[in-house]
Amino acid sequence: MAKRIDVSGLSAYYGATKAIEDISMTVEPRSVTAFIGPSGCGKSTFLRTLNRMHEVIPGARVEGKVLLDDENLYGSNVDPVAVRRTVGMVFQRPNPFPTMSIYDNVAAGLKLAGVRKKSVLDGVVENSLKGANLWKEVSGRLNKPGAGLSGGQQQRLCIARAIAVEPQVLLMDEPCSALDPISTLAIEDLIGELKERFTIVIVTHNMQQAARVSDRTAFFNLAGVGQPGKLVELDDTQRIFSNPSVQATEDYISGRFG
Amino acid sequence: MTSSTPDSSGGRTTASRTGSLQGNSRRGDRLFFAASAGSGILLLVIMAAIAGFLLYRSGIAISHDKTNFFTTFEWDPDNILKPSFGIAVLAFGTIVSGFIAMVIAVPLAIGIALFISHYAPRKIAQPFAYLVDLLAAVPSIVYGLWGALFLVPHLAGLNSWLNTYLGWTYIFQTTHTGAPARNLFTTGILLAIMILPIITAVSREVFRQVPRSHEEAALALGATRWEMIRTAVLPFGRPGVISASMLGLGRALGETMAVAIVLSSSNVLSLHILDAGGGTFAQNIALKYNEAGLPGKDALMASGLVLFVITLLVNGGARLIIARRKEYSGANA
Repeated sequence: MAKRIDVSGLSAYYGATKAIEDISMTVEPRSVTAFIGPSGCGKSTFLRTLNRMHEVIPGARVEGKVLLDDENLYGSNVDPVAVRRTVGMVFQRPNPFPTMSIYDNVAAGLKLAGVRKKSVLDGVVENSLKGANLWKEVSGRLNKPGAGLSGGQQQRLCIARAIAVEPQVLLMDEPCSALDPISTLAIEDLIGELKERFTIVIVTHNMQQAARVSDRTAFFNLAGVGQPGKLVELDDTQRIFSNPSVQATEDYISGRFG
Repeated sequence: MTSSTPDSSGGRTTASRTGSLQGNSRRGDRLFFAASAGSGILLLVIMAAIAGFLLYRSGIAISHDKTNFFTTFEWDPDNILKPSFGIAVLAFGTIVSGFIAMVIAVPLAIGIALFISHYAPRKIAQPFAYLVDLLAAVPSIVYGLWGALFLVPHLAGLNSWLNTYLGWTYIFQTTHTGAPARNLFTTGILLAIMILPIITAVSREVFRQVPRSHEEAALALGATRWEMIRTAVLPFGRPGVISASMLGLGRALGETMAVAIVLSSSNVLSLHILDAGGGTFAQNIALKYNEAGLPGKDALMASGLVLFVITLLVNGGARLIIARRKEYSGANA
């Protein structure tokens, strides 16, 4: 249920502006990889190239290769819709569909994939909500609107929605930045459980969070305003936070950045 | 609301400038409150005046009616011996032509609105949206003339085709083929064209308001563009589209000149929508008003009251539909 990601020579553009340049890295299956770095360094852009969400922005394009096990996501006859079913995503702000109930939110991905059978949907909805540590809180009100939950619950609902389609990889774009510390802790615990089943990549601005949840950490930086973001180094999280091999990384994590 | 305004916002009082906390003479606030409350009350007074006037004159008219006001086909209120008039034909014609207009215009408008908001490249979408807005500015008399001079002759072919192949449905059956297409079907088509811009314009704005994050949520789940629209855009826009349709229906039900020009007025109530003849409330008022005596004018007033009530009922129904799904509206997201 989890695949290796192998990125080589990847650059991404918004129109004529190059946002990230020549990024290569490998993400091991069933691990958590955290992306850290200053604002505007291209972490989120890079994350969105991993499930071809980057190109939904008008004028945006990507160069380079992303291999999922051995298949290039940017191959000429690869369908981006199929890629997004394989590589799930959780966004910065909780975004459950406001017009749908809790149940329908979780079942949305399956319904898109053509699953109609009630018994199958019921089972997946329950398992996904359990997987997202939300089942106990919402099992009695599955038919209530998803937008009526608290922010932390909404974000776990979004995680349940993402894992319901059994993706190979789960991308998380600052999933806790809009949440309070208790909800953040709940999500972090959840990430620890989810990595048993999925390859997880998480963008975070919170370095303690990166240190707590991730196995590997990648540091991104940019040379200056208007310059494309680059990958500075990727290493075991422990090493990045204790003894990084690049001076810029150490400056950033010790707060001497800029 | 005024009392909860923090003092700092209304702090330009002598009291607060001298450091004292007393004094509550925010003249601007009070003036604005008086102005807005006054406008609101004025609106209620005008509406009550119109309703009262309509009710009073309608009461007089209906008390003189020698036949049942609701089931009579003919319209002869100025007959001194036996004033008899009823709204059956008018109500039928108004509702049927309005219904035909909605059936044609709403799906088309949703399609155009989606094209502008989600499919067309920006370079095309902007002028296209402007064009649609422009259509709404065409006076209805122009639509009427176009309907009478272009639509009526050109729809004859379609009418006979419908009669031949769909005649078995009863509604598309017509007994006098070859007659000019001055019927409810043509009227409905013309009304559909007239209400298309307003429904499109409002729906387009609603679709544009759909948060990007909801669209991305659908795309990230592996939705195609159409699936994204079905999952995120259409449900979010539903209340707005209903409101837009009601605006359009309101215009269709009340449309006067265009219908007066296109539809040949008669006392016939026929489910064969291709048969020439029929009538609508607004058309009947426009055609009969000049020649009507005092009882005739009162009778027209009574028919206007019925149109008013029908419009209220339709709008109330739409509000109910929207309110029933309020917690799913996305307003709290």
